[in-house]
Amino acid sequence: MAEPLFKVSGLKVALPDMTRKPLIGRAPMVEILKGLDFELPRRSVTGIVGESGSGKSTLGRALVRLIEPSGGSVAFDGRDVTHLAEPELRPLRRNLQMIFQDPMSSLNPRHTIGAIIAAPLKQNGLGDNLAARVAEALKRVGLPEHFAKRYRHELSGGQRQRVGIARALALSPNFVLADEIVSGLDVSTQAQILTLLEKLADEMGLTVAFISHDLSVIRRLCRQVIVMRNGEIVEQGPTDALFAAPQHQYTRDLIAAIPLPEIDADWLKAG
Amino acid sequence: MTPALAISDLSATLPNGQRVLRSVSLTVEPGEVRALVGESGAGKSMIGKAVLGVLPPSVRIVEGSIRLEGQDLSALTPKQRRRVVGARTALIPQDPLTALNPSRRIGPQMTDRLVHILGWAGDRADKRVRQLLDEVHIRDPDRVMRAYPHELSGGMRQRVLIAAAFASEPRLIVADEPTTALDVTVQKQILRLIAQLQKEHGTAILFVTHDLGVVAKISQKVTVLYAGKVVEEADTAALFADPQHAYTRALMAATPKYTDPLASLRPVDEAVLAGLAAEIALADHDWRPASG
Repeated sequence: MAEPLFKVSGLKVALPDMTRKPLIGRAPMVEILKGLDFELPRRSVTGIVGESGSGKSTLGRALVRLIEPSGGSVAFDGRDVTHLAEPELRPLRRNLQMIFQDPMSSLNPRHTIGAIIAAPLKQNGLGDNLAARVAEALKRVGLPEHFAKRYRHELSGGQRQRVGIARALALSPNFVLADEIVSGLDVSTQAQILTLLEKLADEMGLTVAFISHDLSVIRRLCRQVIVMRNGEIVEQGPTDALFAAPQHQYTRDLIAAIPLPEIDADWLKAG
Repeated sequence: MTPALAISDLSATLPNGQRVLRSVSLTVEPGEVRALVGESGAGKSMIGKAVLGVLPPSVRIVEGSIRLEGQDLSALTPKQRRRVVGARTALIPQDPLTALNPSRRIGPQMTDRLVHILGWAGDRADKRVRQLLDEVHIRDPDRVMRAYPHELSGGMRQRVLIAAAFASEPRLIVADEPTTALDVTVQKQILRLIAQLQKEHGTAILFVTHDLGVVAKISQKVTVLYAGKVVEEADTAALFADPQHAYTRALMAATPKYTDPLASLRPVDEAVLAGLAAEIALADHDWRPASG
């Protein structure tokens, strides 16, 4: 098997706890990730699941180096990026893309959709033939070309999330971090967006870290899963195996708490 | 038996004349949970707001009636209406953090309703609230009642609001997506709590949700809404066994299901949406507000 795209060992992240900061002096540090070991295999979608406060979003941010780890190491494509400074990170950034939870706040209201998708292209020296490249990026996510002239408020929630995907994929990155990208959407739209992401990940050979609180969605989309709680990895493994025989009680509780759309009079009483 | 809530032929419009509720009829029998399910923009929260009399000013009810235990609300003066609605209904809101005043302690926020709307004496209200906090399994009511909202977790805040809703023994509770903001494990605890209290107190609940999983677990009856129109109405068990409308079937196929990943998360078929659009155009074509 090929070398994994990400190799993470002993990853720790600590941030200052501003709620406990004394009037004078430094805020005490609070440890958010407490030493994580895992790998993200290439060309594969890995689910990261956990409840609020589990540290799953912090983990994502450490992967794309929006946060500098306070301990351990992160190797991306065979290169240690744990403490790289921003100028050294810059050439790697085009391969570390992100799709955000709320496209309403991650798309600039003053820019046209075309300008939003063109921005990363221009920054990476692909400024020639912009209109054609933008049209291609839109087409990839199933939006018509003339959407380039629209603004974010003229789009529906699902269309906005398609734009978020188009922007992240415009540079054909190796890695995409998708952080709760369907949690604000209706079920019918959610299904469309997930089907699209599934198809694009397959066609473009993307490595995706898919952060979600919803195990049902992860079951469908991801080949392996990392279950997190309180800044630690509770369990990880291939999705099929994890659902067939969850090893940890917490994983079993998480699965059992999902209300399936079917009648089960005992569900509320159990657990 | 007189239904706790009976809505019939309710239509509401925006200032531009567009209908946002399209001749909606539904009933909630005493002691029954009716789920009102639909996607965003379907008008499900608007129905709850219409019942409670808190519609935004731009939405105007142009036709139909809302009856609380047989009492037609439109026949009342605004003052009478507030009294009737305040005494017989309660709300469990989606987001407990915005529903609670951040600068006041929990205790007085819970007793306010009993004292100011129902005219209870202070110590009677206090006692009642403690009793309900016990029923929602809050072990240290003194601490919770002295706390400010930010000092409690999301699950605790939602428990407090459930206790407050049941405290006045309302005949009808409108629960507007009460678990949407919660983690799954907490959601399950809260659903269990609502079901338990609902049974013990014999309260009717109009349970607004977008999640068919929650519908299956909490309700006995269900109304499916699309674009302000009722597309299907059934016993919950019957709906899941044999959904009649194409949109209901499409919603079910779109809902994620970890037990059947390949058959779930199916995008809604264009043909279904086209069919719905035609249905709605037809309904609007024939419709004239009764009052002109």
